[in-house]
Amino acid sequence: MAIAEEDLDDEARAARAAVPEARRPDRRRIVSSNGLKLAVYEWGDVNAPPILLTHGGMDFAGTWDLFAPLLADGGWRVVAWDQRGHGDSEHAALYSWDADVRDAIAVMDTLSSGALPVLGHSKGGGLLMQLGEMAPHRVSHLVNVDGLPGKGRRMVDVPEHERSRMMASELTRWLEHRRSSATGQRKPGTLDELAGRRARMNPRLSREWLRYLVTIGARKDADGWRWRIDPSMRFGGFGPWRPDWSLLRMPGLGMPFLGILGLHMEEMGWGVKPADVEPYLPMGAEFHALDTGHFVHIEQPRAVADIVLDFLARR
Amino acid sequence: MSPRVFDNVRRIKRDWKRDEGQPMTSVTLRHNRVDLALHELRAADGPNLLLLHGLGEQSPASVPAWAASWPGAVWALDFTGHGASTIPNGGGYTAEVLMGDADAALEHLGPSTVLGRGLGGYVALLIAGARADAVRGAIIADGPGLFGGPSGPTSPALVSVPPGASGPPDPFVLLELARDVRPPDYAATFARAAAEHSDLEEPIAVAAIGRPPWLDAVVDALLLEPTSVEDALAGYSR
Repeated sequence: MAIAEEDLDDEARAARAAVPEARRPDRRRIVSSNGLKLAVYEWGDVNAPPILLTHGGMDFAGTWDLFAPLLADGGWRVVAWDQRGHGDSEHAALYSWDADVRDAIAVMDTLSSGALPVLGHSKGGGLLMQLGEMAPHRVSHLVNVDGLPGKGRRMVDVPEHERSRMMASELTRWLEHRRSSATGQRKPGTLDELAGRRARMNPRLSREWLRYLVTIGARKDADGWRWRIDPSMRFGGFGPWRPDWSLLRMPGLGMPFLGILGLHMEEMGWGVKPADVEPYLPMGAEFHALDTGHFVHIEQPRAVADIVLDFLARR
Repeated sequence: MSPRVFDNVRRIKRDWKRDEGQPMTSVTLRHNRVDLALHELRAADGPNLLLLHGLGEQSPASVPAWAASWPGAVWALDFTGHGASTIPNGGGYTAEVLMGDADAALEHLGPSTVLGRGLGGYVALLIAGARADAVRGAIIADGPGLFGGPSGPTSPALVSVPPGASGPPDPFVLLELARDVRPPDYAATFARAAAEHSDLEEPIAVAAIGRPPWLDAVVDALLLEPTSVEDALAGYSR
């Protein structure tokens, strides 16, 4: 599990202290999703109405440490979990969106049997849109933070034989990775090195924040710090699903819907522009585009929290 | 009858005896966090045949009659969640992960002809596209899970299994891989990749009578003539 405050060494303690506005969760517990152990975190009054937060791919619940406290202070019991293979949750043998949605429901079952507000960032937003379509009786409000679907990469100009060559090389890379993942380990490094690696994917976020994240999302072994995320996970991939399929389902969502988009394209973002999604928003949806990159709620936690609190109060 | 064929027949007879008289030997292969059971149904020097079972099935205990004509070694893999392989917690199955299972078997065996029943046939197509050099022909035969789910997006279903349900087979695999989406153009891409990167004349053989849309697309993409399991085995054993 993430290192408790009292067990941090001086360097890590200083890294935590360098982001004084961040707040670790008030409570932590384990939820079993069909036998798979998930780490669940809470901020705020346990008797307040619950809202579920869902992080993005390769992230973990600790990435809410700036944003979640603002919702908690706004009167909510804020609940987040580390998705399977991420953060402190168990590394699974299998990963899929369906499994992640089942995991979300396992966490929600511990809060209410009815509907509650849900908010997801990036992949988390995509998962929640699937949940909202699958189980509308469990979702009272849906907030999607820079996880709105786009049309995806269209390879219309690529000839057929070229396309199969590209796919074949991606497949080979994936299979080679699978062959080594049984024994694979994340590369160890100093706290600064891990923060530096993450900076490549999070170029707009401050070095202080990235160093803070290392103290939560990584563990310190004898040979250095290592991200906790399952080494079998990797970017890219392939499969039968296409992003435009998600786009075409979005208009059908019936619960109050809030979409927030960061306007600056960057590495981890989905490259979706307001004009791409506006025609597909559900009826009556609210939509905000902010002057940020992909990690909207980390760059501007106060602005996003105010939008969300206002939306929840009015709808 | 040429001496070569006679030699094959002798070898087959010897192996039948072995199949009846000796216990099957198995190896355990690691695929990520799963232990896969790979069973040696017949030891032989000749070319390898790898059998992939259908959805919810497991490897046969001995060489099935329909594969008996194969002149070489016969192996059979239990997919994740099936037979003697690990049942993981909480599901999350995809056909692509089972392709990784098949790849683990190929890594152990080396180049092999792959014969898949149903879901195993779909996986045989995927691995033939991904590992065109290691798959010495993929035969797609009828079996459970041949049809799979829809060809395009459907409303997502809220699926779970009753608490306490166990296996093998894993209840999650029965649920998830009976409904996985299989777009025809996706399947055709794997067929084309196999055709372009394999040195075999016809790296895919369609011996299934059932014709889900994904399989029609494979047949159309490579202009394949339907065949039988027996003829396909004879073709790839040459």
